[in-house]
This record gives sequence, C-alpha cells and structure tokens, in this order.
Amino acid sequence: MKWRHKDLLDVSQLSQSEVMAIFETAARFQEINERPVKKVPTLRGRSVVLFFAEPSTRTKTSFDVAGKRLSADTFSLAKSSSSLQKGETLKDTALTLQAMAPDAIVIRHWCSGAARFMADRLDCAVINAGDGRHAHPTQALLDGFTLHQEWGDVAGRTVLILGDIAHSRVARSNVHLFNKLGAKVRLCGPRTLLPPAVKSWPATVYSDLDEAVKGVDVVMCLRLQLERQHDGLLPDLREYARTYGLSARHLEMAAPDVRIMHPGPLNRGVEISSDVADCAQSLILDQVASGVATRMAVLFLHMTRKGEE
Amino acid sequence: MAKIDLVVRRAKWQGRDVDVFVSKGRIVELADSKAELDTGDARVEEAFGLQLMPSMTDAHTHLREPGFEYKEDIESGLRAAAWGGFGNIMCMANTRPVNDTDSVTDFMLDKARKAWPNGPRLYPIGALTKGLKGEELAPMAELARAGCVAFSNDGVPVKSTELFRRAVEYSSDWGKPVIDHCEDPYLGVAAGINEGEVSSRLGLPAQPDVAEALQVARDILLAEYLDIPIHLAHISCIKSLDLIRAAKERGVKVTAETAPHYLILTENFLEREENEYDTNAKVNPPLRTEADRLAMIQAVNDGTIDILATDHAPHANYEKETEFDVAPCGITGLDTALSVTWELVQDGALAEEAFFRAWVTRPCEIFDLPMNRFQPGDPADFFLFDPDEEWTVSAETLHSKGRNTPLLGSVRKGRVKTHFLRGKKIV
Repeated sequence: MKWRHKDLLDVSQLSQSEVMAIFETAARFQEINERPVKKVPTLRGRSVVLFFAEPSTRTKTSFDVAGKRLSADTFSLAKSSSSLQKGETLKDTALTLQAMAPDAIVIRHWCSGAARFMADRLDCAVINAGDGRHAHPTQALLDGFTLHQEWGDVAGRTVLILGDIAHSRVARSNVHLFNKLGAKVRLCGPRTLLPPAVKSWPATVYSDLDEAVKGVDVVMCLRLQLERQHDGLLPDLREYARTYGLSARHLEMAAPDVRIMHPGPLNRGVEISSDVADCAQSLILDQVASGVATRMAVLFLHMTRKGEE
Repeated sequence: MAKIDLVVRRAKWQGRDVDVFVSKGRIVELADSKAELDTGDARVEEAFGLQLMPSMTDAHTHLREPGFEYKEDIESGLRAAAWGGFGNIMCMANTRPVNDTDSVTDFMLDKARKAWPNGPRLYPIGALTKGLKGEELAPMAELARAGCVAFSNDGVPVKSTELFRRAVEYSSDWGKPVIDHCEDPYLGVAAGINEGEVSSRLGLPAQPDVAEALQVARDILLAEYLDIPIHLAHISCIKSLDLIRAAKERGVKVTAETAPHYLILTENFLEREENEYDTNAKVNPPLRTEADRLAMIQAVNDGTIDILATDHAPHANYEKETEFDVAPCGITGLDTALSVTWELVQDGALAEEAFFRAWVTRPCEIFDLPMNRFQPGDPADFFLFDPDEEWTVSAETLHSKGRNTPLLGSVRKGRVKTHFLRGKKIV
C-alpha cells in the first residue's frame, strides 16, 4: 500500500487498515529475523538518526537493529552527548539534525508533544519513540502485532492494562490501539496512578485487581517508576506489590489461556511476580522480538512512502 | 466657560451622534451633535461616525523592563497600550530586579516619561514581598511614596498565609490594595493546562480548577476577617466565581478580575489537531472549560467579576517555540483585548454597560486612578474606534514585542483609529 503519513506520532492517526498493513509488513520482516543472514538491502544508502533525549535501552536498540537489518545507516544521539545538555533548544537541535539531511529521525523525549514539535519542523520522517506521558506508538504496535501473531485477531478479546496509567505513554497508545482493533480494554491501578479524566477514556476502570482480572485474555503490566512513592502517590512498594502486583493467584481468575505482557524493563516482585514474568503464558520476550519486526515495518513504510523503494 | 481647544465631531456614543468639547486636557461637555457648529479656533477632529470610547485601564500587565527588554520594554508596552485603547496601565513587579525598592519604581516612571511624555499613564505595582520570595514584606511605604498604586506577588503565590495576612494589613496602612495571584502553591503549580480530558489525552501535567478556588477561598476568608479589601487576579473558573459571588452577597470587600482570553478560549483549543501542544495557549491559570468560559462572561455581566485586565505577558518567540512543559506561561494581550471583548458586545454575549464598567470605571475606582466618564472636568482620555474594521492578528499588526497569542492568524473586528490623552492626540 502507498503510505500516506510522513510521521508516526501516535496510533490515533492510523486507520485500522493501516495498522493491519504495518502488521502484514512486520510479518514479512519477521521472517528476515529468522534467517542466518539477517540483513536485506531495502534501505541501503538511507540514514536514520536515533535521537534519544531520555534514557532507553530496549527501544533504542530495537530501532537500531531494525534500521541495520534493512541496511540503513543509523546514528545515535543521546541527550548527554547532544547540545541539549549545553542548553540548546529543541528547535535548534531539530534544525541542526535537519541540516545533516537524514531520511528519518526516531525521537524519544521527556516532554509530551516533543515528537510533534520535531515533525512540524523537519522534512524527514519523524518516528515517535515515546514523548513524555503522551504516546509510544511503536510499543503499542508491537504489542498488537505480538497478539496478532498469537491469535490472528484480537477483536472481542479483553485486555487489562495494570499499574501506573497516569504517567504511561504505553497505556495511552495501547488504549487507542486495542479499541481500534476491536478489543475491550480494562484499566486497573490506584486512583493516584489513574489520569484525572480516565472516565472519558474508552475503557472500563477498576481499582480492585481481583475484579479487574476476571476473565481477561491479556494482562499488560506497566513498569512502576519507583520514585512514585517519593512523589506521594504510593505509601510504599511493598503495599503496591501486595495490592497491584500481578501474581500466579490472579492468573487463575483470568481466562484459561491468558497471556502476560510487559513493555519492560521489569521490576520483578513489584508490578509482576517473578514466576508470572517467566511463566509459559508470558509473551514478554516475544514482544522484544516483535519490536524489531514492527520497527522495521515502520521505518520501511515511512522511508519509502514516496515510491522511492 | 473655559476656552474650547478641541472638538471631536460626529462620534458615536451609546447610540447617539455626539460632539466632544475639550479644554486644557479636560472634558467640558459631551453633547448631541449639531449639523452646524461654530468651533472658533479650536482644533476640530472629524470622527465620521466612529465609535467613541473613554480610554480603558489595564490593571494587570507585564512590561518586562527592567531585565527582560527583549520580551517587551516600557516604550513598546506603552505603544501597544495606546493602540489597544488603554490610557492607564498598571505593571506587575516581576521584573529583574524585582520592583521592591523605590529606585526600581523611579526607574520605571522615568523611562515612561522619557519614552512618551504624553503617552498612556504607567502605574507600577510594587512587590508584596522582597524579591517576590514570599519570605519578608517588601518596603510598601517606600514603594507607595515612589508611586506604586498596589502590591502583588503576581506569578508567585505567597505560600505562607501568615505572611500574606500581614502583607494585607500592612498595605492597608498606605491605602493601597493587594492583588493576589490565586493559586494553591502545592497543587498543579504553573502547569499551563487545565486538569481534565484534554490534559489526560495529551499527557501533560495539569492544574485543576480547585487549585485556584482554594486560594480564592483563603483570600475571601482573610478579607472578611481583617475587613480589608483584597483584589483577586485573573479568575478563570466557576468554582472561584461561586465563592466570590457568595462573599460579595455577605458584604466581603473582595474585588475580582478576569482576562479576555478566559472569555473567548477554552482548553479545547489545545485539543484541535492543528493546535496540539501550542505553547501560545499555555497560560497561568490555564484556559478552562466551555462551562467556565460562559460563566465568566455571565460574571462580568452581573458584576461578580468587577474588571477586565489583560494579564499581558509577552515572551520572545524562541521562548515559546519549544516543548510545552518547558515554555513559559503567558499570552500577549494589550493589542487584542479591545477587539475581542467588543466582539462579545457586538455578539450580544457581553452587555455594553458591563464592558464600560469592567474596562473603564471600576478599575479606576478600585485603584484610585483618573477616569473619564465624559463628565465635565474628567480627563480628556478617549479614543475613536472602528468596530467594523477587520484585521488579522500577526507580527505586522501587533504593536507589542510579544507575538505569543493563540489568536495569531485569526481575523478580529475593530481597530483604534485615533487616541487622545489629556486632550492631546497620541495615535
């Protein structure tokens, strides 16, 4: 299909058929990842800047691997090594990067709207790799793709997103994505970790995990930022783990073939017990593998959209 | 009868065609226009049916000088005021250095005199606490003697209620009102967007309306207990209005203002795709809901809100062209205030009487400033306004250095054509 978007800022901009196109493209690239020589010349001569103004290991590595497997040249820029550290404005960073004529910029930034800010000022494709609390579209796409690989179709399934919804760009993007795919979404967490207007979201909200987990097909745990306790949002981690930590007991209340997901990195024993993280139904490592294929698809579609394939 | 030195002919005032007679900078008479009139050797200004308006007073503006002249200086601020229809402007103390000594006040007044001797009158507002730090009272007697007409910690709420109480008491000795920036200092501080559906979707730290209302409640209780007036700055939400209305009904001496942007814009501005994360709409207190907006208009009409004030907060383009979290709060307002509020009058939303009270008479009463109601002896401060002239808000049409307004690119109606102060034409 001819890709119409210059940038990927949030999944809300994608139609259902576009999401499916990404899944289909990712499925083709997934096959490359299983070959002995995991590299194709698709994006040879193209360059991708990985601009991560916030720490990241797995997302950055995943994009890096995705770009390299398509033969793109990838360049990393972190806040610590960029001029943002010296007080340069994001606009000047954007213009500086632009002058180097990359074909795509993958950006992670601690401020909501930063990817949009870059996209408005740059001619090249801008891929949002997480902006503040706002959106993390490739995470949502890889989560959807993982389940799509598992089941073929997620319509009619029930997904529970558990934990710190308020500060989570993963939750925001996944709520959009799973609704778009026809799944039902539940959210569960203490009131202090739910967004103030969560009732307006297309999801059912729970504060009792035992209630929330009943009959669900997927539990998606979110990483707890350990400093939330010091922000006055939680009494302590022990209480959080005992009240909102996913344990084997909860799996018995869910659907028989419930799947477990987590965007990582994990706090074992806090938002998820260690045995659940490693159980047979856990898709956590499948998510990582799907991440590379999904990001290959995203880079491919955005960098060849003008029919320059 | 005094010798008439200026006659403004055939202006529109409250539905009538009138002539204005001026002598030595003061109004002599406002009379129904006559077809034939012997004006002697007086200067005659033909209004051709333009709308006549008494000069307005802005009780809340940030002129940025000294310290931040790149955002606005006293001269550019006065120019924007004159073209915006303002004859009096009160400037806040959050300059660098802060206006907490008479030398800073003297500097401001001196700059205004030199920049434009006959321009809009500048009335500095002194700091309520030294350095706006909320730790020690500012020398309010010294500041009052130097020419400050009120005191405020605007932009930095005083955390200590004890200190705030003492500041209100001390300032009352000098007959100068305290203007309070109503914001609970621990709840959604300076977030720039209302806490609600839009902020939740955009993932932005937000400020709930109760953060304002909590401080409004504190101030009302203190004003009542001390029996000293307190003026509440830039009110933005229904919760505050309910508290103010009830307080006024039982006789508490509080007065309140709101800014034009709360009458015409809501948080939904930031929800439109083309405006997502538009830092020009980042303001403190934040733009609220449609229900709040409608309630604010009603409150200006019924007098719960005493006055309109711009909260003119100019910033340099590069400061606003950044991430939403990083950008400073504020909207430039002197240039657009008249147009947008008169549009509300034209639309029938705002009563004409309320418009005059909120922009002309009440601010002068509250802060004891010269006022023109076209009564004999009033200062001849007025302007002629074309309510039908359309203009586009842009870098070319704004007189302020600040271009930071969410109205950029929009077409407004109404332009000042001529402005007289003390009987002298200034624009």
